[in-house]
Formats: sequence, structure tokens, C-alpha cells
Amino acid sequence: MHTILLDPTAELRPVERQILPRLTTLTGATIGLLDISKPRGKEFLDEVERQLKALGARVRRYAKPTFARTAPLELTQRISSECDAVIEGLAD
Amino acid sequence: MTSPESVNTRYSLFLKRDCPTCQLILPVIDELRAAPNVALTIYSQDDPSFPEGGIAIDDSELEHSYRANIEVVPTLIRHGATAEQDARTQGWDRQLWRELSSIAELASELIEFKPGCGSKSQDPGMSEVLELKYGERKMVSREVELAASEDDIEACFDRGWSDGLPVVPPTPLRVLRMLHGTDRAADEVIGLIPPDNMSCTIEKVAINAVLAGCQPEYFPIVLASVEAALQDKFCMHGLLCTTYFSSPVIIVNGPVAKRIGMNSGINALGQGNRANATIGRALQLLIRNVGGGVPGGIDRATLGNPGKYSYCFAEDESDPDWPTLAQDRGYSRNESVVSVFAGEGLQGIVDQQSRTPESLSLSFAASLRSVAHNKLFGLADAILIVSPEHRRVFKQAGWSKEDLRTALYNALMTPGEAVVRGADGIAEGMPEKFKDKILNKFRDDGLHIVSLGGTAGMFSAIIGGWVASGERGSQLASQPFS
Repeated sequence: MHTILLDPTAELRPVERQILPRLTTLTGATIGLLDISKPRGKEFLDEVERQLKALGARVRRYAKPTFARTAPLELTQRISSECDAVIEGLAD
Repeated sequence: MTSPESVNTRYSLFLKRDCPTCQLILPVIDELRAAPNVALTIYSQDDPSFPEGGIAIDDSELEHSYRANIEVVPTLIRHGATAEQDARTQGWDRQLWRELSSIAELASELIEFKPGCGSKSQDPGMSEVLELKYGERKMVSREVELAASEDDIEACFDRGWSDGLPVVPPTPLRVLRMLHGTDRAADEVIGLIPPDNMSCTIEKVAINAVLAGCQPEYFPIVLASVEAALQDKFCMHGLLCTTYFSSPVIIVNGPVAKRIGMNSGINALGQGNRANATIGRALQLLIRNVGGGVPGGIDRATLGNPGKYSYCFAEDESDPDWPTLAQDRGYSRNESVVSVFAGEGLQGIVDQQSRTPESLSLSFAASLRSVAHNKLFGLADAILIVSPEHRRVFKQAGWSKEDLRTALYNALMTPGEAVVRGADGIAEGMPEKFKDKILNKFRDDGLHIVSLGGTAGMFSAIIGGWVASGERGSQLASQPFS
């Protein structure tokens, strides 16, 4: 049986963990594009970058060293400190 | 064999193998089972094969023992038509067993008396486990089921229930134990918690007291601190919203402080005492979790202060001639009282030279001028903390606490022209309209004197108040409790 805890709050919000607030506009926002390092990811993300810029966003590009592992801590910290949102470019 | 017309008397017997008295009475069980008109049900707490012969009901879950409220094994119960008419005997007392069983010659070979052993349902902590499983008392707060992969402490962080430090995961068992710290009903509403003004039950306070790390014996103080903070004069809502440093400071007076081991001595405002550390934290977590008061949300403090984790201490009441804060507020020494004050961080007063009360009171007054700003008068209240060595200076010279208060009042009278805006080349200060008035640093009832600290060190201290003190903001609020 999983651990049960009693809610210490006024129970105004759903018990499920909530996603972070979404961006309301792309204009002026900095969007990270994370290439997970699978073949052809670059072409896909180039097109995403072109469309984001057309919508007024600034774009920064990142890449994981290998798709097989989770992103290194240093990389996730850099993305979270430099970007307002991140799009992860999957492939296959 | 019993005839169909005869009515059996029902008996229940609770045993455990790990009890010499239960072992002793095994022959008695045989006699009882062989007796006419006796229907005996045996419950075994620790081993269903005891007594031998498959005659016992397995009560290793202790449900039957809990429901029958067994404290000692063996316990023999003779059931009447209703539960109220049941009769019981604990341990082995031959005379009582004979009376209960109506068998005059019962156990004629056995010794007359041997006390029993503690029931497993009374093992430390077990009664709450069983109450949670089988009892009627049900908690109504929403249950949050964690995923198998979740660490329980990290889960509390993830859900935003923490002040930044690890919290104790509020399992139903821990919350139930906390609720045992008070006689008040779990569903009693204690008040509306700002800033969201959410209705709050004793149960919700208990959950947050668990989070904070309180022991159940602290819970009455937590409840009193919540009630004090909810008094209108304390202005908890405004205090939470302010950009100023201040936050609730909890001062505990009376016998309760000693009973639960609060620190009023060495390092009383520092770390290391569980009661001091967790009672203040419980109030803060309640405001965060139930009230919704989160830094950056409604809590707009520019800098805050470290006491916003927890700011709670007891007064040193060892000197019978020196009135306590609670006495100053009209209570007696044998009452337990919690007071809350809207305070900021701590400012030290060093005076290792004064040996007369005149010098030391002037020294205190000089430091007190700096509360909020040297040139702001009548805005912020303050607590002056007098350490034992400084208290001794007044006592030895025959000064009372009231004498000190009067001396401070006199020393803090100041011509307005000295502190108006622009005076001394400093733009900050009192508005020009006070220029020709005589001002006091503190409003009436704005300076509270509390005594605590280690017995070595001629260091006292000031807890400055919120710049919205008094009727337009916050006033010290006290709450007696038992």
C-alpha cells in the first residue's frame, strides 16, 4: 500500500501535482530548444526556431550529450536560468 | 451436553503466550470449557496455537482486544444481555474467577493470586494504531496518496507544504496522535486563517503541527498561538501582507513552558530546543498552507527575517519579584498564556559597564531609539529582552520592573524638532507638524519587557515591532489556555 498523507492545505487546488503556469505570449520570451542528439533533430529544430522567431520569440539552442541518458544537471540548470520555456526536440 | 432449554453464559478470555499468568491458568481454561452452560471464546494476542488444540481465535491484529478495551491479560469477561451488563476480571484472582464463573471449586489446585501482564493492545503507540484502524474517530481531511516511487519528505516539498526545510510527513497516524494532545473535537472550527480567510478546524492545525515537528504535548500551545494570532487586535492579515520584516513572535508564560521543556535560558532565541523550534513553525506553516500566505504571493516582505521559520520562546520566570509579561497583561503566574507580537529580527544591546540602574536604563533607552529608525517615533512597538545579569543590576539596586519602565519612558521623551524630517541632515524622520511637540519613542503600551537568557553575559536585546503598531495595525495579543 502506498503512503497516505493528510492534506495540510485548505484543499482549494486539485490533489494532483499541477503543471507550471504556461506562457501567455511568445513575444519577447526566450525559448530553449533542446536537441536530444538523435539524427535529424537539427533539421526539425531549425524549422521550429524559424517559426518561433516569426512569432517574436528569442531562441536559444541546447543539446544533450547523448539521447540515452537524462540531461546533465549543469545543462538543465543552464536552461532554467536562461529560458522562459523549453521545447525538447524528440526524433524518430 | 446441555439440554436445549438451558441457556449458556457467554465468556470471552483474552490471552497471550508471552505471559506467565496466562500459562499458569491453562488448567483453568480446561475446567471452564468442561463446565456446563459455559460458552467460552478464547482470543490469543500473540500466537493462535496458544492454548494448544486450535481452541483460540487469532487476535494478532488485536481488533477484538481493542474493541473489548483489554488492558491486561488474562482478562475474563462474562457477557450479559448488553455490553453494559458485562463483568470482567483481570489477571489471576481465584476468588474473583470463581465468582465470575459461578464455579465454587474452580482451580482448587492453583495458587490464589498472580497479577497479569500488559495487553499487546496497550503496547506503546499501539492504541492509536488500533484507534485509526478500528475506532470511530475519523479524520476528514483529503487523503493524498503518494506514488510508490515518491519519497515522502520530497513529496511534501513538491506539493508546496514546506517553508523550505524538511517537514514531517503528515500520516493519518501522526495526525491522530497530535489530536490526542487536546480534548477539543477535531472538527471544531478554530477560526478563519488569513490571508485567504479559510475556515480552519482543529484537525487542520494538527496536520500542520505534525508538519512542523511538534509533539502532541505541544499542541495546546500551538492552538493557543493560533487563537492569539487570530485576535482582531493582532491584525494577522496585514502583518502577513506587509513589505516590512515583521512576523509573529510567540512568547510562552506559565507552568506549561516548564512542563514541555521549553528553553528560556542559554540560547533561548537560538536553535536546539524542539518546542521552541516547532511551535512557532506550526503557526507559520498553518498560515502558509491553510491561509495561503506564501512569500511572493500575499506575503510581500522586502527582506523578511529568519524568525519567519519559527520565533518562539518562553520567559525566565525564576525571579518571583520580577513580573512576567503575562502578569503585565493581567494574568497570574500559575496561568499558562501565549502572547503573540508582530516582531522583526533581533538587535543586541551590549552594556558591560553599567553597575547602576540609572546608567543601564539610559543605555537601554539609547538602543531602543534605533527601533525602525532613530528618528521615527510612536510607529513601532518593541519588546525589550532583559537578560539575567542585567536584571540583577536593577534588582540589587532595589528597582522594580515598573521602575525600569518609568525610567525608559522618561529617557525616551524627545523634542520633536530633533527628529523631524531633515534634522541632522537626514530626510527621514517625523512629519513637520511634530516639530514643536514632545514625543515619546513608543506609544502607550507599546514597549513590552520580557526577561530571559543565560545567566552569563551582560547582553540584552530588542525585538523591534511592525511600523504599523497599535490600533491602526498590530497590538500584542495574549491567549490563556489550560
